Amino acid sequence: MIELRDVSKVYQIGDERVRALDHANLHVYPHEFVSIIGPSGSGKSTLMNIVGCLDTADAGTYLLDGMPIEAYSENELAQVRNKKIGFVFQSFNLISKLSAAENVELPLIYQGVRASERRQRVKEALARVGLEKRANHQPTELSGGQQQRVAIARALVTRPSLILADEPTGNLDSRTSREILDIFRELHEQGNTIVLITHDNDIARQAKRIVHILDGRLTEVTL
Amino acid sequence: MLSLKMALRSIGANKMRAALTMLGIIIGVMALVVLVSLVTSATDTVTSEVSSLGSSLLTVTVSDDKGHPIKLSDLRSWVDEQPTVAAIAPYASDTVTGKYDTESSSFTIYGTTPDYCVINDQQLIEGRYLKNADVDNASRVCVIDKSTAEELIGYSDCVGEEISLEGVKYKVIGVVEDDENISITSLFSGSTMTAYIPYTSLIRLSDTATSTISAFYIGASDGFSVDDAERAMTAVLNDRFEDDEDAYSISSVNLIEEAMNSITNVLTILLGGIAAISLIVGGIGIMNIMLVTVTERTREIGIRKAIGASRGTILRQFLIEAVVLCMLGCGLGIFISWAILQIISIITANTALVFRLQTTVVGLSVLFCFIIGVVFGLYPANKAAKMKPIDALHYGG
Repeated sequence: MIELRDVSKVYQIGDERVRALDHANLHVYPHEFVSIIGPSGSGKSTLMNIVGCLDTADAGTYLLDGMPIEAYSENELAQVRNKKIGFVFQSFNLISKLSAAENVELPLIYQGVRASERRQRVKEALARVGLEKRANHQPTELSGGQQQRVAIARALVTRPSLILADEPTGNLDSRTSREILDIFRELHEQGNTIVLITHDNDIARQAKRIVHILDGRLTEVTL
Repeated sequence: MLSLKMALRSIGANKMRAALTMLGIIIGVMALVVLVSLVTSATDTVTSEVSSLGSSLLTVTVSDDKGHPIKLSDLRSWVDEQPTVAAIAPYASDTVTGKYDTESSSFTIYGTTPDYCVINDQQLIEGRYLKNADVDNASRVCVIDKSTAEELIGYSDCVGEEISLEGVKYKVIGVVEDDENISITSLFSGSTMTAYIPYTSLIRLSDTATSTISAFYIGASDGFSVDDAERAMTAVLNDRFEDDEDAYSISSVNLIEEAMNSITNVLTILLGGIAAISLIVGGIGIMNIMLVTVTERTREIGIRKAIGASRGTILRQFLIEAVVLCMLGCGLGIFISWAILQIISIITANTALVFRLQTTVVGLSVLFCFIIGVVFGLYPANKAAKMKPIDALHYGG
């Protein structure tokens, strides 16, 4: 599913070279629920950006569904993000001018899906996160938990190979966080592959498998 | 369709800013449409009145006489032979210095024959016109127009006075009303004084006229149209110039109409140019606001890219927004122009002038606005499209 082999990424900050990822190796199999845990500055975000095809690695190989990613052009990366990956961000990242349904619809528009099918799939995705009644609300009219559920619906609607969640509960209170994590668990039980990035041990423990990241190096943690 | 809706929504989200941005385009379109419509409507009305009078004379110019030069006697015999032709007047002019007493001024002098008066419908106020005898003897006599008489001599009843043209004394034998055709011509040449002298006198006075006539006017007889006269004279001239139609030209173009058209064209180009510049300024305003919009919406661009928008998609989104902004401004500008022209029409309702929106200039401004939208939208849209998804996503937090 995901295969990282000796992936490195170096940033130049002033005179200093920061090794954000140092020969990282990671293997995620289909239908897995994996947590990646690490403190801030450990290279979590860089890993997330590379796995999510928002950025490319300096060295090493990244295979997504068996296909090497580094050689892809910007437009091909856009297609991979569109069809294979569903993002859930800490800050929700909904477009505030669009309603909940329109936010969920957007990736399907970029795929060129027909209008009637789009409507059907948006309805299904919103129903799955329990927000079918709020479809026409603007993001500002929704609570944080509801906004994050819209974001999850947006990630689901394209039926991606991988759902990538970056601190999805970081901006939410503990009760809402539990609801969101319940949704992720349900999605996993329905056969979705999920990678969850967090700094919180309790949240990481929700996953079947935990990978620890520190100074750009990945280590497997067995429960 | 969908992207058009999205563009309208994001413009609608910032109505005040959009309105101010469009103002540049609105004013540009208004300047273009209103000014050009006014000029063309006004001249259309005037020229249609002028041409409704019908052209009364034919102009012949000879460029190559093929060894058969036209003399004064030829003109006289044609008048006798052709029943459709009432009068033929040779025509040559020069600009000279004229003097009366101590006053001196630049003069346009026309060398011609008595027929000129008939063909050009000149109205004699004082004295008499040139006679055939004056032409035969190359007399030093002249007919001047009213404004020349008043300006140079001081009064219009000046028959018998002598003016000197290029140092040669000419006796004023008559005064005619000002010729409108000539007053338009003199606008360009800068000389305001006009005198008519016998053609033969002009030959002696100036190098521009010789006994070989290269230009003359033809007037049709009563009961015959100008077209009849043109057909008859074309046959005569073809016969003389061995059927070479390039040797001469015969035309019935009205001089006023021609002058009006050239003024209209100059004005239209001038005003259109000024309006085009203000449209370009409006376009720069659009580009400015689009650059601000792109920066403001960096995060949105990042989100769109993260969920799979390609470069082309983002480019199209912002380009369409710029073009829609331009076209909205264009539409509003055209509507306001229409309203202004309606108001002007109401105000001028009791005059003969009719002001109408010119469809060609409307079409032109729509096309121009579209091009401006694309040209000035391309840079901001490209800037948005080139953003890296991670940088855009993490912009400002």
